[in-house]
Amino acid sequence: MTGPTHIFDKPNRYIGQSAPRADAARLLQGRGRYVDDVSLPRMVHASFVRSPHAHARITAIDTTAAKSCPGVVAIYTGADLAQHVTPYVGVLTHLAGLRSAPQHPLALDVARWQGEPVVMVIATSRALAEDACEHVMVDYDPLPATLDAETALSADAPLIHPEFGSNLAWERVVNAGNIDAAFATPGVKIVEREFRFGRHTGVTLESRGTVCDFDPSEEYLTVYYSGQAPHMMQVIFSKHLGLPEENIRVISNDVGGSFGIKIHTYGDEIATAAAAKLLRRPVKFIADRFESFVTDIHARDHVVRARMGVTEAGTIVGIDFDDLTGIGPFSMYPRTSAIECNQVLNLTGAPYVLENYRARGRVVFQNKTLMCQYRAVGHPIAMAICDGLLEDAARLIGMDPVDLRLRNLMADDSYPRASASGMKLDDLSHQAALRKLTQIMDYDTLRADQAEARKRGVYRGIGFVSMVEVTNPSPMFYGIGGAPIASQDGATVRLDAGGALHVSSSITEQGQGTNAILAQIAAGVFGVDLNRVKVTTGDTATTPYGGGTWASRGAGIGGEAMLQAAQALKDQVLEVAAVMLQTTPDKLDIQNGNVTDPDGTKRMTLADLARTVYYRGNELPSDLKPELIATRHYRVTDFPFVFTNGAMAAQVEVDIETGFVKVLHFWAVEDCGRVINPMLVDEQIRGGVVQGIGGALYEECHYSPEGQMLNATMADYMVPMAAEMPDITVAHIETPTKTSVLGAKGAGEAGTGGAPAAILNAVNDALAPLGASLWQMPMTPERVLTALDAAAG
Amino acid sequence: MFSVMGGTMKAPDFDYLRPATLDAAIALLASSDGDAMPLAGGQSLMPMMNFRVASPSALIDLADLAELRGISRDGSSIRIGAMTRYAELAASAEVMAALPLFGMALPHIAHDAIRNRGTLGGTIALGDPAAEMPALALALGAKIELAGPDGTRVIDADEFYLGYYETARAPDELIVAIHYPVALSDHRFGFHELTQRHGDYALAGAVVARTAQGHRVAFFGVADRPLRLPALEQALNTNPDVQSALHHLSAIAFTGDVKASAATRQRLAAVALTRALQGMTQ
Ligand SMILES: Cc1cc2nc3c(=O)[nH]c(=O)nc-3n(C[C@H](O)[C@H](O)[C@H](O)COP(=O)(O)OP(=O)(O)OC[C@H]3O[C@@H](n4cnc5c(N)ncnc54)[C@H](O)[C@@H]3O)c2cc1C
Repeated sequence: MTGPTHIFDKPNRYIGQSAPRADAARLLQGRGRYVDDVSLPRMVHASFVRSPHAHARITAIDTTAAKSCPGVVAIYTGADLAQHVTPYVGVLTHLAGLRSAPQHPLALDVARWQGEPVVMVIATSRALAEDACEHVMVDYDPLPATLDAETALSADAPLIHPEFGSNLAWERVVNAGNIDAAFATPGVKIVEREFRFGRHTGVTLESRGTVCDFDPSEEYLTVYYSGQAPHMMQVIFSKHLGLPEENIRVISNDVGGSFGIKIHTYGDEIATAAAAKLLRRPVKFIADRFESFVTDIHARDHVVRARMGVTEAGTIVGIDFDDLTGIGPFSMYPRTSAIECNQVLNLTGAPYVLENYRARGRVVFQNKTLMCQYRAVGHPIAMAICDGLLEDAARLIGMDPVDLRLRNLMADDSYPRASASGMKLDDLSHQAALRKLTQIMDYDTLRADQAEARKRGVYRGIGFVSMVEVTNPSPMFYGIGGAPIASQDGATVRLDAGGALHVSSSITEQGQGTNAILAQIAAGVFGVDLNRVKVTTGDTATTPYGGGTWASRGAGIGGEAMLQAAQALKDQVLEVAAVMLQTTPDKLDIQNGNVTDPDGTKRMTLADLARTVYYRGNELPSDLKPELIATRHYRVTDFPFVFTNGAMAAQVEVDIETGFVKVLHFWAVEDCGRVINPMLVDEQIRGGVVQGIGGALYEECHYSPEGQMLNATMADYMVPMAAEMPDITVAHIETPTKTSVLGAKGAGEAGTGGAPAAILNAVNDALAPLGASLWQMPMTPERVLTALDAAAG
Repeated sequence: MFSVMGGTMKAPDFDYLRPATLDAAIALLASSDGDAMPLAGGQSLMPMMNFRVASPSALIDLADLAELRGISRDGSSIRIGAMTRYAELAASAEVMAALPLFGMALPHIAHDAIRNRGTLGGTIALGDPAAEMPALALALGAKIELAGPDGTRVIDADEFYLGYYETARAPDELIVAIHYPVALSDHRFGFHELTQRHGDYALAGAVVARTAQGHRVAFFGVADRPLRLPALEQALNTNPDVQSALHHLSAIAFTGDVKASAATRQRLAAVALTRALQGMTQ
């Protein structure tokens, strides 16, 4: 696509500048408007009785005592709500063969994971609702549970959905070239490893929550919702509560982090909406940390057996792997829980020229919390498989891991092309990114430091990853499979009478600075000062229709829509200005809030123009019909996804007495195309890296043999904390995508997708002189010690 | 670790009482039949109430009890009032001079916000097996001053910790103060704590005090309570090479949990002790 490239070099262009975000002061001053800040007249509060068992038949529920507790307004069981809410099934047609069972907001006869909501208690305060929950009597008949994904498919595994005859939810095989022949070729050496990726979760600062307000006079449901996809939720509430879509308004004000957690159908939230409709009064539900840990979607939980073949000269001939992942008892609705495995199959090895590629993925049911799409879906697994094996192979053939990469990474001038798994790729810069990375980290000096440290008995390691990130998804991601998830987004730009811009967009703000970049694009493209742009997002009643912010699509898709809308409004305004100034639009420009000559000489203010249009239309020719508002929509065509690429490196030190891993420094070179706000992109990369370090070193949901989550508190579940985080140096290469004028690709998930592989490689590089290696995340002290013991014999 | 039954974010209803004197506080405690609980900094008690693992009928706030405040030195002993906050300890030149171990341990206890409210008496009373201050009390041979309906008694720290969160304090007693022997010029101290994240409870920690009488070594984060191993101390007294003393660690019934197995904890305890001894004050 071509376009007016001059918009990137105007005096007040803003695009490319680290403009501070307008909402930072408001949030820092405690004036955020999160869901729990919403308090409505006559509002009541929900609390849930949840299954203490991983798998149990519910034989009786007695709510008599609870009903007479102080403040109780209503109590609903699964059977009660089943009369008002239709069940949902998390399957999509393009994931052929995927199956899941109907899910209800509250468990009906069988509870299938510890934490599944069973009974909802509504009371005049949260505390009273919790008091009453303690008096709800539920009789459970515990059933044998299937917990371990690796035994879920064995013949004697308890079946979670007996009607399916097995616990298999989905299976896919990818086969390109001839892997067996390639591996059997004389001179090809094989490395083989079993990778384990722990189950972890998103841990948003603001937990999930909703306030649902039903107005029976208009049959109108307003949902305040901490989430990422308001229009998707509008459809879901409509479909399952039996209300027309237009009678539902979903409002996401400030959202305190989401990371993919807040983009799904959670029974407790649907139940809250149903209760509001039944009670005809506002109901609030805020998940506490316990509830978050046992009900927010979990992620990862993969066991992968993988092989890579490499020649003595350093040509990678192929990758062969088998991925098994446990997703909990249902596939999550509506995005499904097969996407992560699908991404692993799609993305493994995507940076490299691979002739031969074979992969099998299996997705199985188990009695644990549901698994679904969390930041960098599938990426950490795909990158760790390929780049973990690559560095293992480098050690085997005695080649530097950077050299081995440079020999096998796709050439920067070889696009467009496809990956071995068939992904269409364009505008990538793997070679340049890796070269820049080795420069900024001063690779040779680090290797010298490593050698010197080893002489002192200090074990330092350096690890790399070359990676791709899926961003800017097209309808091929979800829409094609029947999900009510928009792949296009819209932007509206309106000039008000004072010369300011009011813009709205269907992408959403979860703390990452979406609203800031929308303002930068609108201000820069249209030609006003940044502080004269007011942004509205997160409201189905007032924004254009669109998908929201996930899969690193906000800037690339929503940003392009904003660019197009701002350009359209500018054209419209110049048409009016040309009539008023008796010239032609091509002889005019808009700069700093003024209509100007092309050289910037001021002709009139935008306020003068707008006031004439709005107040004194009589001064305009009667055939001139000014439109001081413009809306544009944008979707990605021609490509299923717009890929970004990056190269990252970690330097770690392993304490071989304690097994503790300290990350000394982290470097990331990212190519997300045109950078709209370098500060925000850098912080996205850093935050992503930190979450990746969490997965690599700290975070894991532990379960007892009976299926109880053992560390469902912030004291026991370890998120990465500031004190342990290294300096993270970020640099960029800008290869704009040709799919849009803006040229922006996504950047939000790169760090999370790439960091685990880099850390894994760095730890194994540190352990190599001791003959030890470790292929399980998180790489805890105990696992490091166990690996060292195994090497010591 | 708790098993989830339902949402638990808000504490059950309770009374809040704020007595002005120690006697009044003890009377309130005694009359509640063990249902009321003293409130110090609330940094452990309030989360326990919100999790609904503690549900006292009343909280007796110790904030106004002058008897539980103050730091005073009496010859070879220093008395620290139970309501003294971590932040106050760190800011006290007298404490830092008299008790070098405090300066070594305090930065490892949680984070600033918690140290601004958490109290010495609270952590001594709670008896968390992974907490630093109870282990310091053991290593230093501190004495704990308790007041109850029958008056005041003083108990050796060695006698205080009986089991998992179990102490010799009766439910109607309050900790008034802790008394520590002041460090002499020939005393040497070591402290080492192993945590994956700064401020976390220890995976294993060791505290060493060396005086003319020999070594006192206390471990925390390793078992159901903070503890000393007299045989290990004796071994160190006769042979300063720690390697020859480490086998005594096998006497500990090490805790195993999701963060580390019992075997790993034993290994980490050995490292903590070794490093504490390597880093002794000069
Ligand atoms: C995030 C976090 C991290 C933490 N990390 C650490 C850590 O690394 N190391 C560590 O040691 N601690 C840690 N703590 C706990 C903290 O140190 C607590 O403050 C301390 O354990 C209790 O002190 P408090 O004054 O807050 O007591 P409270 O919470 O008020 O009371 C604790 C218990 O002691 C009783 N009690 C309090 N005072 C008295 C008294 N004078 N007489 C009798 N009974 C009394 C109470 O009834 C209650 O049962 C952490 C806490 C948090 C929230």
